[in-house]
Amino acid sequence: MDKEQRKHATSMAKQDVLDRIHNFYEVALGYTQEQAMAEAERCLQCPNPRCVQGCPVDIDIPAFIKEIKEGNFLAASAKIKEKNSLPAVCGRVCPQENQCQKMCVIGKMGDPISIGRLERFASDYERKMGVNIPDKDVAPVTGKVAIVGSGPAGLTVAADLVKLGHEVAMFESLHLAGGVLMYGIPEFRLPKEIVQAEVEYIKKLGVDVKTNYTIGRIFTIDELFADGFDAIFVGSGAGLPRFMGIPGENLGGVYSANEFLIRVNLMKGYLFPEYDTPIRIGKNVAVIGGGNVAMDSARCSLRLGAEKVYIVYRRSREELPAREEEAENAEEEGIIFRLLNNPTKFVGDESGWVSGMECIKMELGEPDASGRRRPVPVEGSEFMMDIDTAIIAIGQTPNPLIQRTTEGLETTKWGTIVVNEETGAATKEGVYAGGDVVSGAATVISAMGAGKKAAKGIHEYIKKKKGGK
Amino acid sequence: MYKIVAKKELAPNIYLIEVAAPDVAAKANPGQFVIIRLDDKGERVPLTIAGVDLEKGTVATAFHAVGRTTKKLAKVNAGESIMDFSGPLGNPAEVGKFGKVLLVGGGVWCAPLHYVATTLRKNGNKLVVAAAGRTENDMVYADELKAVSDVFYVATDDGSKGSEGLDFLADVLKSEKFDHAVVMGPVSMLKKVVEMTRPYGLNTMVTLASLMVDGTGMCGACRVTVGGETKFACMDGPEFNGLDVDFDELISRQRVYLPEERMASMIYDKLGGGVKRG
Repeated sequence: MDKEQRKHATSMAKQDVLDRIHNFYEVALGYTQEQAMAEAERCLQCPNPRCVQGCPVDIDIPAFIKEIKEGNFLAASAKIKEKNSLPAVCGRVCPQENQCQKMCVIGKMGDPISIGRLERFASDYERKMGVNIPDKDVAPVTGKVAIVGSGPAGLTVAADLVKLGHEVAMFESLHLAGGVLMYGIPEFRLPKEIVQAEVEYIKKLGVDVKTNYTIGRIFTIDELFADGFDAIFVGSGAGLPRFMGIPGENLGGVYSANEFLIRVNLMKGYLFPEYDTPIRIGKNVAVIGGGNVAMDSARCSLRLGAEKVYIVYRRSREELPAREEEAENAEEEGIIFRLLNNPTKFVGDESGWVSGMECIKMELGEPDASGRRRPVPVEGSEFMMDIDTAIIAIGQTPNPLIQRTTEGLETTKWGTIVVNEETGAATKEGVYAGGDVVSGAATVISAMGAGKKAAKGIHEYIKKKKGGK
Repeated sequence: MYKIVAKKELAPNIYLIEVAAPDVAAKANPGQFVIIRLDDKGERVPLTIAGVDLEKGTVATAFHAVGRTTKKLAKVNAGESIMDFSGPLGNPAEVGKFGKVLLVGGGVWCAPLHYVATTLRKNGNKLVVAAAGRTENDMVYADELKAVSDVFYVATDDGSKGSEGLDFLADVLKSEKFDHAVVMGPVSMLKKVVEMTRPYGLNTMVTLASLMVDGTGMCGACRVTVGGETKFACMDGPEFNGLDVDFDELISRQRVYLPEERMASMIYDKLGGGVKRG
């Protein structure tokens, strides 16, 4: 491979835009074997790989790429799974451009290696071939651990601890495990079948997955301890939707992004009436917010048949918190970006359904605490948008149920749980936490990274507690 | 899967089921609800708990077979199972010692009201209970409610049994002083009763069956304005002081999915009425 060839990443096929805006099938189609091997060929196999430093779960990236290059796809997948129990998920939704791929040396002269696409390829290959269940490293001490929440953080802790020989029970309040991977991220970015395959893998490792258990209601944390659990990991996420507190927000047709996405993704509302849960979408949809959740909501709206879908965001394109790839996909699909606009009220028709949204224009002022320039309203610039559906995607906060029902668990003013960064230990003995319930809404991979640390922390705690017996 | 161990038709299209769910039974309290889902294509439907049997490990709940899911549920027999039964959810109703308590139940809601009444009685309250139904045939749990009341009234919309409508409550409220009131029923009835108790400043607790999807605080579909603030029925309720509830907004929000619900129910009647699933 010459230097010029090495500069260019192997492209991955996407579903044609004119087709995909009418269906919920996956947009990105993945590499073929030939494409994967060609892309793997580009890797320099650096002796001191920088990409690994960019990975929150320390995957041995050059090693798995080498296996792909040599055509050993199952070995590649096994290599990834040493560190990551959800590779098919991460290969799809990780912001690789800010992590492993950002660090890649080839990225300095051309496109970085498409590590995410290769990870996806290896894990998809393994899933098609039938998944192998590794032998457990039986630890000299084993404890009983309860995991609260079955999202990316919980799944990671569960897998790591069960592999170390601990007995693990995972409690999920919804009827399917997977957390935000099931209810939040749409089918066309992350097929639910893939999430369930990853959950099945974790069950096969020996984790007892209990759905329909809302901890804080059915059992409190203290009751779980009384029931014989040695340690408890709280990975209950950031599931409580934020609203704007403006007039008209409770009109029909105004959804939280959570409600909208739960109906569409978890309950498969896009298949109503085959599935029982309905979802109503109008002709003109305004999605408020600029993160990945906003992009997902907008792209779902389009697929449900909306004619015009707007992203209404109070800052400029530059500050958009969504992944660049997602914003580009949205633009490509025809989502209309109304930047530097902020809603001030909703108005409804006589039946109580939203019929318009008043916005005010914004301009960027001085940088705020987050370092981003603060949006300031332009006085007298109010205008009306003609809409019949609004989806509020301005963020989520942690569900307060566990915090409210657990004594001695210190939380911040944002309702997040206070932990030791290194071990994931919360202020109550034996309780660990990680993921969005600690960080506030963030990424799948950062939750998994926190899960890894907490699993180590819990293992050490149990070892110490049992006195190494 | 959760087995239905007993099933009873209380009145035409109104059923009581007892579901094997020992962990739920052990933690359930009056006023809390469960969310059921019949099969893997099913929707999540909240149902208020009507009682538990700790020995059998069962939870009872009553439902009116009016929508697609409840019609399907009506076809599931004792001995068969449903896919999901999640609970207890929501906060328990207030059942402490108040003194003299007025309880009003409408239709299928008389079943969960009985669970609340039993506990209020156990806690030493005097109970004046009014059970209402559309007609004499639609009355459920009247005998059971009567058994735990100090004073008992019956009312029907058409006057086929007891008083015609609930207007008689105005006289009851005029002649007696109450310390607390609990109303369970359709939202229009909650609103009507609250309008009657409002002049007396009587704390009138209402259980709100808002639209819900997850039932754990995630979706916000159940949001309702209480005392000028947005609350989630699933997390902050479902019991609220009716004096503070914006009923008109709630009624409007409840209609959001009526067209789809009618369509689903119609499709079910036309195509799936006799077909047993699951």
